[in-house]
Amino acid sequence: MGIFEVKNVSKRFGGLQALDNVNLSIEEGTIHAIIGPNGAGKSTLLNCFVGKLMPDTGTVEFMGKSLLGKKPHQINQMGVSRVFQTPEIFSDLSVFENVLIPCFAKRDGSFELNAFGSVKGQKDMIEKAEQMLIDVDMIDKRNDMASAMSRGDKRRLEMAMCLAQDPKLLLLDEPTAGMARADTNNTIDLLKEIQEARGITMAIIEHDMHVVFSLAEKITVLAQGTPIVEDVPENIKGHPKVQEAYLGTAN
Amino acid sequence: MLKLDKKDAVTFLFVVAITLLAPFIMNPFPTESGLAQFNAGYPDLMQRFVIFGIFAIGYNILFGLTGYLSFGHAAFLGMGSYAAVWMFKLLTMNVIPALILSIIVAGLFSLLIGFISLRRSGIYFSILTLAFAEMSFRLAYSVLTPLTNGETGLQITLKDPRVLDAINTTGHQPVTSLFGLEMRNTATLDIAGWAFQFNVGYYVSAVFMLIAFYISMRIFRSPFGLMLRAIKTNQTRLNYTGLNSRPYTLAAFVISGMYAGLAGGLLASMDPLAGAERMQWTASGEVVLMTILGGAGTLLGPVLGAGFIKYFENIFSKINDNILHSWFSFMPESLETFFTTIIHPFVGKGWHLTLGLMFMLIVTFLPGGLVDGGTRIWNRIRKNKKSSSSAASSTEPVE
Repeated sequence: MGIFEVKNVSKRFGGLQALDNVNLSIEEGTIHAIIGPNGAGKSTLLNCFVGKLMPDTGTVEFMGKSLLGKKPHQINQMGVSRVFQTPEIFSDLSVFENVLIPCFAKRDGSFELNAFGSVKGQKDMIEKAEQMLIDVDMIDKRNDMASAMSRGDKRRLEMAMCLAQDPKLLLLDEPTAGMARADTNNTIDLLKEIQEARGITMAIIEHDMHVVFSLAEKITVLAQGTPIVEDVPENIKGHPKVQEAYLGTAN
Repeated sequence: MLKLDKKDAVTFLFVVAITLLAPFIMNPFPTESGLAQFNAGYPDLMQRFVIFGIFAIGYNILFGLTGYLSFGHAAFLGMGSYAAVWMFKLLTMNVIPALILSIIVAGLFSLLIGFISLRRSGIYFSILTLAFAEMSFRLAYSVLTPLTNGETGLQITLKDPRVLDAINTTGHQPVTSLFGLEMRNTATLDIAGWAFQFNVGYYVSAVFMLIAFYISMRIFRSPFGLMLRAIKTNQTRLNYTGLNSRPYTLAAFVISGMYAGLAGGLLASMDPLAGAERMQWTASGEVVLMTILGGAGTLLGPVLGAGFIKYFENIFSKINDNILHSWFSFMPESLETFFTTIIHPFVGKGWHLTLGLMFMLIVTFLPGGLVDGGTRIWNRIRKNKKSSSSAASSTEPVE
């Protein structure tokens, strides 16, 4: 029994069967990758995990509790954080404020009317946010505007924001999409560090095979809405079904 | 000081000083001089400065921080006025109970309207608030006449019950007061050619404005304020950070509604009369203009914007052709007529044209409003000082 259990999930958009009876189990403390060619249903699946889409059938359970019908902020408060394909950060705020917000969200829950306490007076929150920035090596940029940073730094900041909440499960939607090689490698190192230091369970949706094979402990291959293979990376590379899904049948 | 950090404390003290000294500052020209018509230091206008300042400060908490553009805040201003006048009619001419009721009524209505309107964002939110405000305006004119007295407007009369001070006010038209201190009382200080007027109503409103400003300052610096700014920049991330944006925006909406109610109550306290036109969409648009003109999302901006617009409305609108002719009378007649004709559309009844042009210029060249302009000038001065002083210090060793 994994920390995250997906059973018989199906989703149909009009005539398109986007997900067809998907079963998936993610073990606690592992990095699990979900790969597949374009249109395989990877993003649809992820959106079903975080409350953005409601699957037609099936169950999605996190630590024994169903996630279906819950709003994104409720799912997040249960300990599931999400990293987006294009980094979603508070671009008009400073780097420091960006990290401070999840710290408050973790402590105060989804709503707290603290209109009179000054932010500067919250010493424990400030220390936590600073520590977080030190951890991801961005403390020297604390007063910069988030919008002024490079793509790689934005990703790093988004990661720090997710980590500030001590999530139990981190969902990553193509974390290196559109990145230069150096930034990609930095992200891989960052994810490895996080995994080693904190043991957070991660589910990665990814296109880039280099990223997948350097990180994942287990890989699920999705094709036309169905998982076709689930195995350790060594066995995935040469698997005939995987090659068929990516390259088509050899005729 | 007052749990503010040093920079904010200085800003606050600056605002306190300006408001308390306003009767002097707004009155720079001697009474007999030709420029006396540009003086803004008379009670009626100064009261408007601070009351609309309160309105704009509150509006800025919603619009400036969360970015939700409400086009219906005048409805809360109007409701506050009606609530206050009813209090004068039924209970007492003291302004305190009236203001409390204004704030409560406006707060409850904004809770209802906000709850419905905030289910949508962007343009749909604006349209919903506009629709609600227009509904309130039309209802106040028609169906709700027993409550609002329709087109005539709600006024106090001698026949009102006024339970608490019926004995004191029989026989003569009662006036609003603060525990006996009448709002209309004005002391005039004549120094040389100047006549400075100190009005009770102005100072009462000013104290409320300072409290309102202080509260908004605290909100800006609080975790709540931080969340509101986060809503403006990225609501998706906020939701995926475990925060529910709905109650945050609703709280901001209600707070700004209560500010509007206070402003409406104060308007009625200065002049116990409430009309439906206070709720019209043009009045809602005016507070949007004030906030943007002064600088949305800044602390001082809304107050500056409110002062700016009210000054134009009251001073520029009074410049008529006679005054223009007297200004250019030193010129030959053809030139005089020429200049008068050119300037005529921009003043008097045409003051909206001047305001519109100013607004366009400010939005185009100073997107951050008047406050943005002030900061730019300040930075330039500081830079010049620094470069001149560094130039001086670099030349010193040579000498």
